[in-house]
Amino acid sequence: MFRITALDFYYGDFRAVRDVNVDISGNEISAVIGPSGCGKSTFIRCLNRMNDLIPGTRVGGRIEYHGQDLYGSNVDPIEVRRRIGMVFQKPNPFPKSIYDNVAFGPKVNGIKQNMDDLVEESLQRAALWDEVKDKLKQSAFSLSGGQQQRLCIARCIAVRPDVILMDEPCSALDPLATNRIEELMIELKREFTIVIVTHNMQQAARVSDRTAFFTTEVNDQAQRTGILVEVDRTEKIFTAPSDQRTEDYITGRFG
Amino acid sequence: MTAPELAASPDLGLGSQSLLQASRPRYSEQVIKSVLALCGFLSIGTTVAIIGSLAVPTVEFFSEVSVVEFFTTREWAPLFADAKFGVLPLVTGTLVTTLVALAVCIPFGLGAAIYLSEYAQRRRRAILKPLLEILAGIPTVVYGFFALTFVTPLLRDVWFLPGEAPTVFNALSAGLVMGVMILPTVASLSEDAMTAVPQSLRQGAYGLGSNKMQVSTRVVLPAALSGIVAAFVLAISRAMGETMIVLIAAGGTPNLSLNPAEGMQTLTAFIAAAGIGDQPTGSTGYKTIFAVGSTLFAVTFVLNFLSIRLVRRFREVYE
Repeated sequence: MFRITALDFYYGDFRAVRDVNVDISGNEISAVIGPSGCGKSTFIRCLNRMNDLIPGTRVGGRIEYHGQDLYGSNVDPIEVRRRIGMVFQKPNPFPKSIYDNVAFGPKVNGIKQNMDDLVEESLQRAALWDEVKDKLKQSAFSLSGGQQQRLCIARCIAVRPDVILMDEPCSALDPLATNRIEELMIELKREFTIVIVTHNMQQAARVSDRTAFFTTEVNDQAQRTGILVEVDRTEKIFTAPSDQRTEDYITGRFG
Repeated sequence: MTAPELAASPDLGLGSQSLLQASRPRYSEQVIKSVLALCGFLSIGTTVAIIGSLAVPTVEFFSEVSVVEFFTTREWAPLFADAKFGVLPLVTGTLVTTLVALAVCIPFGLGAAIYLSEYAQRRRRAILKPLLEILAGIPTVVYGFFALTFVTPLLRDVWFLPGEAPTVFNALSAGLVMGVMILPTVASLSEDAMTAVPQSLRQGAYGLGSNKMQVSTRVVLPAALSGIVAAFVLAISRAMGETMIVLIAAGGTPNLSLNPAEGMQTLTAFIAAAGIGDQPTGSTGYKTIFAVGSTLFAVTFVLNFLSIRLVRRFREVYE
């Protein structure tokens, strides 16, 4: 699905991520783990060109999506983000009704379909329908944090993306709400490719099929650059990592 | 049984009594509190005093002139020998100039705000915003002569709409220039409200494949609406209260008409014109000024109230 070769990412002159080479395959969950500041969020934001919105940033190397250069000159970033959706760290529903939150994406993308059906279907697939079906006109802020995050997932599903990127989707949630989202992710991987950034190693171990471990490298000017250490089947990373740094991290010796 | 003592109380050499007392009185806190309260009461007190000074002569005025005559007859000539006290021409004059001004400052002000907050690069915004705010610092008398000597002749030359071309004094030119005068206020306040909308909402919308216009108009604008309403209310108040521009450019003749191409007198222009005239204190003519002032106060209040009610219905609140 994605083939990433020699990816570099710059904020101005500062290189935040260096030389990432990894393939991401379809219909599985890939987890990105690593200590704070290792560029894992920056990395997945390259995958839907979200970083384009930050002035002064630049991407080097190549990201292929279904064989197409994601940063090619004829590629429209808006179309990229429609196909590659994103769920953020803190639930960020719009200050609108629950219904309008889900209907927003289809409306801006001009999807012609019965909106009531699409809203119901999306909420059902996000395992939220039963909790909100009687209050669709209420503000999204009346929901709990975990419900808001599932609403954001429903909102993302409603535009029928191909890939869902999740940037630490559970870090603002309690363990029960986290558990529901994890169950939902496993449910969703049948239809979508999911890439999740997480701080939580147990979460990566529970939900993902493959895991990529990032860490920081400090150069002589004390600048920290994110690098990909290794990527493998999740069981392998957590039981028999091939790199000493990965082993140190997952056994809690640093990070 | 007494509660068990968990730990010996710390002996700080103060004796147990003074342990939690302030070691010295905090006078500065008291002084600051009083000064701040005084600031608040100053503006409230001024408002009350204005209402009071308007109310007394207004009540006296209405004991001499009937309320029905004031609000229903259609001719305004209070200072003539054969005095006529129908205030409606002044009210329509104020409404017409205000609506023309709002038609300029609301769409253009909002457009400028959207540009500055969502589209402009940081460096460009840092130059444009102060420039825009300079516009707000031009004295209104300058705007008044700009309307009379530049905008009016221009309108008369290029007039292409049905109906007569504007007269030398006309509400249209005054209203347009007034709109330009208020535009920076609307733009600046609306831009502040839009910039305050959390970045996470914009990212959420971009993440769903929205383009910039959709993010601006469907997410940022509704979320910033309460601040934008405050800008509109201020715009209405300034347009209705503006005196110098209408005095210079709209003429001094009361005219019960909704055609902005004609000359009109507004409530404020009458107050200014009559105020610098020689009305003996206590005469009916003198009290007229206060009655018109009260009317202006009431009309402004009603228009603000209606606009807040109208826009609240579309408001979205973010946490």
